[in-house]
Amino acid sequence: MPFYSEKVMEHFANPRNVGEIKDADGIGEVGNPVCGDMMTFYIKVKDNKIEDVKFKTFGCGAAIAVSSMVSEMVLGKTIEEVMSLTNADVAKSLGGLPPNKMHCSNLGADALHKAIENYKSKRGK
Amino acid sequence: MKQIYLDNQSNTKLDERVLDAMMPFFVEYYGNPQSIYSLGSISKDALETARQQVASLINADAKEIVFTASGTESNNLAIKGIADALKSNGKHIIVSAIEHFSVLNSVKRLKNEGFEVSFIPVDARGNIDEYELKKALRKDTILVSIQYANSEVGTVQEIKKLVSIVKKSDNTSNFIVFHTDAVSACGTISVDVRDLDIDALTLSASVMYGPKGAAALYIKKGVKINSQMDGGVQENFKRSGTENIPAIVGFGMACEIAKKEIIRNSEIVQKLRNKLIAELPKKIEHIYLNGAQENRLPGNINFSIEFVEGEALFLLLDAKGIMAASGSACANKNLKLSHVLTAMNIDVAVGQGSILFTLSKFNTEEDINYILEEFPKVVKRLRDMSPLYSYFTKTGKRKTAGPGTDFDDHSHHCDIEE
Repeated sequence: MPFYSEKVMEHFANPRNVGEIKDADGIGEVGNPVCGDMMTFYIKVKDNKIEDVKFKTFGCGAAIAVSSMVSEMVLGKTIEEVMSLTNADVAKSLGGLPPNKMHCSNLGADALHKAIENYKSKRGK
Repeated sequence: MKQIYLDNQSNTKLDERVLDAMMPFFVEYYGNPQSIYSLGSISKDALETARQQVASLINADAKEIVFTASGTESNNLAIKGIADALKSNGKHIIVSAIEHFSVLNSVKRLKNEGFEVSFIPVDARGNIDEYELKKALRKDTILVSIQYANSEVGTVQEIKKLVSIVKKSDNTSNFIVFHTDAVSACGTISVDVRDLDIDALTLSASVMYGPKGAAALYIKKGVKINSQMDGGVQENFKRSGTENIPAIVGFGMACEIAKKEIIRNSEIVQKLRNKLIAELPKKIEHIYLNGAQENRLPGNINFSIEFVEGEALFLLLDAKGIMAASGSACANKNLKLSHVLTAMNIDVAVGQGSILFTLSKFNTEEDINYILEEFPKVVKRLRDMSPLYSYFTKTGKRKTAGPGTDFDDHSHHCDIEE
């Protein structure tokens, strides 16, 4: 059996929404190069919905696939929907992750939640 | 699609001459070598021929060769068997920090059983610190085990010099057994146990174009060792269990071929290695060679590629038909940077981008040209999506990691699997 699911390999080989947003409404960065993975998510918000999302990720196959999947899952969703997105949702959408790679799925949702917090704190000012 | 196999430190392709030698011993000559009917004697003769071939590769006497099933088993037998035999003389063992897990985990077990273990550090190129070795030697030291060459970073130790440091030390009172794990050296570079004055040495068939399932431990005549498996008469009671004749015959043939062709093969492989080591940095910026510059295994290439991660590198390479390895944390099942890179004090963030190519005699210049063409594209692709690289290109600065840096506050997830 291959180490990664087909879905993981497909997202890893063809990641969606790679890039940066210059005038992003929120930016979320998580991870640590010491652990071998780091993600930065950029979001544009319009009418309480994610209008655009881009990411840059340093990391293994799972980290890149998770970033791509998360970006696809949240596009067009409301802020509340994104905040309720769990790590388990991400792993499930990818057809599962090897046990020692589950922490990568945590990073994906965390990075987006951080981007939304950043958006909220900017708007609050 | 092209298939280029560059993970020869973990396993080599079988030489077809080895396969030919093995074939008759599956269905034709299947007798147990311990039985004295004719089929048994044929197996016994084959076993002793192989023993002679293995001994000859390392300039040992055939009586000094014990066959085992793997390099791991040989290392376990050496470390535990020698420690057990010599424990009345003392309980101190010395190993290097960059040993194979079969050595490190064997001494870990001995430590739990009351032995004391000193770990000798290495420098940034993976060379054993001779001063630390001298300092570590004690009156109760019974065993030193230092690998001949490191399979991951390719550094070849000056074993002869290290043996003489141990044997000539004034701090010791026992006869100290010096064992070396020479799995990644034997069959690749010339190893002579008499010249080294070594007491025990591990070698394995599976990384010298021989089969899996056959390895050996050389034990110098007179060196005491206790078996780790209780059973019958095989291998002079040092390693009981019915001998794996087809694999052992293959091992013998692999040694015979290696002895004849070692110089030619190592020259060919080294030329290819040197080309890759010289050309890759011209095509990729911010890449660093890990391991020794000079005393290096002929087929070993290990680079750290900054701003990208090793597992992602080798997955994309695999998609291009190039099979490599990595020492990054994510490529390791335990999610830690390889203990070898860690011991060499390689910057953890940079070490995450380590990629390991190990060549064999089956690789060609065409393979090297293909890597030189495809690898820079793979690196570019990952750098284009790396936040560390975009930060560097925008600011000229690196995000550093560790206490008191950019990443001091959120290192929580990395220890999740501890």
